[in-house]
Amino acid sequence: MIRRHLPVLITLAVFIVGYLICLAQFPSFASTRVIGNLLTDNAFLGIVAVGMTFVILSGGIDLSVGSVIAFTGVFLAVAIERYGINPYLAFVLVLGIGALFGAGMGLLIHAFQIPAFIVTLAGMFLARGLCFVLTTDSIPINAPAYGQITEIAFVMPGGGRLTFIAIVMLVTFAAGIVLAHFTRFGANVYALGGNRTSAELMGVPVGRTTIGIYMLSSLLAALAGIVFSFYTSAGYSLAATGVELDTIAAVVIGGTLLTGGYGTIIGTLVGVLIQGLIQTYITFEGTLSSWWTKIAIGALLFAFIVLQRGLSAASLRSR
Amino acid sequence: MQPTRERPELLEIRGLTKGFPGVLALDHVDFTLHAGEIHGLLGENGAGKSTLIKVLTGVFRRDAGTVRLDGQEITARDPADALSLGIGTVYQEVNLLPNLSVAENLFIGRQPHRFGLVRTGEMRRRAAELLSGYGLAIDVANPLGSFSVAVQQIIAIARAVDLSAKVLILDEPTASLDAQEVESLFEILKGLKARGIGIVFVTHFLDQVYAVCDRITVLRNGRLVGSKPIAELPRIELVSMMLGRELADEALHRNQRPAVTGEPLVAFKNYGRRRLIEPFDLAVRPGEVVGLAGLLGSGRTETAKLIFGVERADSGQAFVDGKPVRIATPRDAARLRFGFTPEDRKTEGIVAELSIRENIVLALQAQRGWLHQIPRGKQEEIANRFIKLLDIRTPDAEKPIGLLSGGNQQKALLARWLATEPRFLILDEPTRGIDVGAHAEIIRLIERLCEDGLALLVISSELEEIASYSDRVVVLRDRRHVRELSGAEVSADTIMTTIASH
Repeated sequence: MIRRHLPVLITLAVFIVGYLICLAQFPSFASTRVIGNLLTDNAFLGIVAVGMTFVILSGGIDLSVGSVIAFTGVFLAVAIERYGINPYLAFVLVLGIGALFGAGMGLLIHAFQIPAFIVTLAGMFLARGLCFVLTTDSIPINAPAYGQITEIAFVMPGGGRLTFIAIVMLVTFAAGIVLAHFTRFGANVYALGGNRTSAELMGVPVGRTTIGIYMLSSLLAALAGIVFSFYTSAGYSLAATGVELDTIAAVVIGGTLLTGGYGTIIGTLVGVLIQGLIQTYITFEGTLSSWWTKIAIGALLFAFIVLQRGLSAASLRSR
Repeated sequence: MQPTRERPELLEIRGLTKGFPGVLALDHVDFTLHAGEIHGLLGENGAGKSTLIKVLTGVFRRDAGTVRLDGQEITARDPADALSLGIGTVYQEVNLLPNLSVAENLFIGRQPHRFGLVRTGEMRRRAAELLSGYGLAIDVANPLGSFSVAVQQIIAIARAVDLSAKVLILDEPTASLDAQEVESLFEILKGLKARGIGIVFVTHFLDQVYAVCDRITVLRNGRLVGSKPIAELPRIELVSMMLGRELADEALHRNQRPAVTGEPLVAFKNYGRRRLIEPFDLAVRPGEVVGLAGLLGSGRTETAKLIFGVERADSGQAFVDGKPVRIATPRDAARLRFGFTPEDRKTEGIVAELSIRENIVLALQAQRGWLHQIPRGKQEEIANRFIKLLDIRTPDAEKPIGLLSGGNQQKALLARWLATEPRFLILDEPTRGIDVGAHAEIIRLIERLCEDGLALLVISSELEEIASYSDRVVVLRDRRHVRELSGAEVSADTIMTTIASH
């Protein structure tokens, strides 16, 4: 039982130790303000990471999510500011576009047996290119709805604000957990990641599941894009570059095996929070360059991959 | 003992034919399985067993013939379809998902659910209940991969049967199990038989066939050799059906070389590896040919791989010239001037895209290290020398080796090792899949090499062949070296009797 959850437990231990170190140095880390900001600042990353967890669990990869986030922002800015479309309608539209985009990639991956890496790489260029077709400028979004939504927050004891977008992220995680662990779709995702051929022989609907996985990933990337646009109140073509890699890092640090089949959604949440924690620490520190975040993430990622290798080798030996 | 006569025919195959480019893998094969019967399906490599199973389970389409299940003609589109028709298959390599829980493996695609959510508790309860019927009391929430192959196989059987299998095909289920695990598997099979399920049991282990089967069907070269109740089929007859030779054949003329004496070049004492091959003693002298004979899966190739360091021994000691040596990798073996031509030429021997020249110098080059490239002129000289010496039929040394016939590929592989001037050469099935003319040439070559003072270890399924050139023959059965024949004992008859005895 403990063995099965070891990767997640290790991730959790790393987070707790990291948090205690931060707390020892900066007592204000205990305040709900810091915690509220930690959740808000990483909301969009958390939402994409849920989708990415499904993709990686199935043995795939989705490189297009960063571009989809940027596209969503640009689409919303152009639709709302230039064409005066109701923001809520624009949200629905962009979620629909995202879902279709992902379903298309899933279909290509399944129907032509093309590696997900290549298909989503093409998707990444396509979505980024579409941003520039819409506009090359950074367009601020001034719609009143935006102001209203960003104002929504649950004030925690101690003055910290649990913002709407943080709540959206937490709800996404909750939904992701249910989907992964308590539905047939979830079992099918794990089955694909375990062994595609066996899964097919056992009657798992491989095509339907593959399309569903990439559709979910792009849909959540579009949702993350909406959240990101609340956060920045603008749409910009060059936004969110490299987010796909941060996301993959969060998922792997969260204990999901990059080769698929093993991992949890809750682990990904901790993975996202670890990244946020490092970022916050560096902000508090003040003297360190923000690039230290990348270095710390890189070192952690490396450590986790080595750890996973060690664990799977150990479990093979014990059999 | 003829209870099967009264039972209804469950699966009826008539005139099943399946061809691949260049071979007829199944040639009008008939096969009848009754309900409540364990039916052994036997045959050597290339006999057509796996093709028969693959046609039955929808992996391949048949070219001709009919398959009836319960009197209804059926054609499975794919394995999932075959399962839904009532034909379940469990392979040696369990085709389940090691990362999912045991319960999920049993119920994937049909999990009990409410409001779209899987009722995990209910699923686990039902899984535990199902497995308790097979005498398995395990935590079904644990991932399948955390259990032994034996347990995984029982789970696979439970799954297939639970998915309404009427026919259960077991493709070499016992190949990686130990004796006790085999015993409990057999108990399960007997239980299923009592429930009226028809079981097709593919194996190479004769003891197991006699322990559990009611009836045996033997295939050879894609044709049906015969099908008999076990009680009417003595071992010796079964072996001769499989190997395709009547015992009453004329006496064999073997070469009359004097017995080789002297110190062994290579010797192995108590050499073995758990689950691969029981520890054995083996010695080969210079100028001597030692044959390894046995049925498929008896441990011949395993012996060769252990000796050449493809697999690492976990017991015993190897000696060369009387001095202890360590052979942990093929590189170690090559450094001791061993050579090995594997059984599967295509995947383990030739590099099809490279030229004959490149294939021939490969081992020599590897031995010298890649920094000391053999000069092109020297490479050509070596290649041409061996092309001439071994009479490899090719217009020139630059032709890709994949375009040669099997016999010529085999000769080029031999040349690869001969170029390294080996002292000890292991040949695994050197004459498989090559035509009769080339066959004789390879045998003459083996004899010539031996006269040149090479020590040879040769594996072959062709008993006459192995008897004709071997000074001694080691007979293997169930992964054990059971007997060593020498002198006048070396004959196809004695080999066959030894294989069949128990």
